[in-house]
Amino acid sequence: MRDIRLAARSGGSAALALSFFALVATLVPLGVGADLKLLARVAGGILWVAAVLAALLSLDRLFQGDFEDGSLDLIALSPLPLELTALAKIIAHWLSTGLPLTLLSPLLAVLFNLPPPATLILFVSLLIGTPAVSAVGAIGASLTLSLKRGGLILPLIILPLLAPAVIFGAGAVSLALDGLAAQNALGLLAAFSFAAVLLSPFAAAASVRLNLGG
Amino acid sequence: MNFLFRYANPHEFMRLSGAVLPFTAVATVLCLAVGLYLGFSAPPDYQQGRTVLILFIHVPAATMAMGVYGAIAVCSVLSLVWRHPLSDTAARAAAPLGALFTALGLITGSLWGKPMWGTYWVWDARLTSFLLLLFLYIGYMALWNAVEDEARAARAAAILALVGAVNIPVIKFSVNWWNTLHQGESIVSGQLAPVFLTPLLLMMAGYGLLFLTLWMVRIRTAILERRARNLMQAGTP
Repeated sequence: MRDIRLAARSGGSAALALSFFALVATLVPLGVGADLKLLARVAGGILWVAAVLAALLSLDRLFQGDFEDGSLDLIALSPLPLELTALAKIIAHWLSTGLPLTLLSPLLAVLFNLPPPATLILFVSLLIGTPAVSAVGAIGASLTLSLKRGGLILPLIILPLLAPAVIFGAGAVSLALDGLAAQNALGLLAAFSFAAVLLSPFAAAASVRLNLGG
Repeated sequence: MNFLFRYANPHEFMRLSGAVLPFTAVATVLCLAVGLYLGFSAPPDYQQGRTVLILFIHVPAATMAMGVYGAIAVCSVLSLVWRHPLSDTAARAAAPLGALFTALGLITGSLWGKPMWGTYWVWDARLTSFLLLLFLYIGYMALWNAVEDEARAARAAAILALVGAVNIPVIKFSVNWWNTLHQGESIVSGQLAPVFLTPLLLMMAGYGLLFLTLWMVRIRTAILERRARNLMQAGTP
């Protein structure tokens, strides 16, 4: 819808998130050394954490722009339930950050010497896990909507809530690395992601309403 | 419900809590004193030696850390659904206490871990989920302080508390799935000898009463502060 088009045309945020993601992935080998075995070992965790942080970058703009120019008031007044609007915004955010990050991840996995089967699992885990990041992030973004220093509080609020996604996502990759079946972890990740996408529009809509002074 | 709403009136709450407060304070001191005395006179554990003493401080703190979050979540529901006016104040007053219990649980746990596991910190499931719980408390308090309008801050914090409450079991489960080294519980399963169980239960009661006492004091202070502020505003034309 409108949000996706806006995000696509401004274009900046996706490219920014991607560069951030790639930069973090570049800095890690510089920090821990170029030992390829070690890098393959930590790749899943590093890339997952980097992806979550990169997605955070653009989250505080999720409702902010519409809030500042007043269009959020109009959206709230429109017959469309605010929950659906929140869901649309989550999808738009995912399409502009989560999806590009996922598409870039196999390339970075090569840099980390991750074997192909584990790379596939990393790709799948990011594909099903990043919607949860956008969804939980939307709750944080809507809660910090009217704050001037919201950018600092937002990560503090949502990062602990995202711990399960990182655990299951990175866990699936290291299981695959050891040659074990990763379906279990992926299933749990999918469940977490599904529940997050399903429930968070309600929480986000409720907190948008309260920030509009309802 | 009627019972709850009678004490929604700050005036009624002040009256009741003022009457109850001395009793809970005395009971707190009694429970903690007797619990500590029995704890210190308990024989050394055959495996853990004297370090078992830390247990009497650690376990109740950990229990309270979870319990206080539960109290905050209940207050948040009351505030969101029934607009119970006092529960916002109560939830806000409870948060720093909960964070304190969580920190105490983590610190005593790591002091116990050094002689027992040979390290202050392991990335174990329970330790990790408690660390995350501490961050949840910090985020909750930060949100309270960041929003200037008090009514708005209350509702935003309530939403966050409920999202956190839904998420905590998931976090616990995921972290368990990830890694566990912490010993399982031994109270309900009856593996604890009475010499240890009695002081432990007393300490738990003491911690609970301590929380109740401090909580009421904090709520009272918040109410008095608000009254004072209203008076000041009324005074300046």
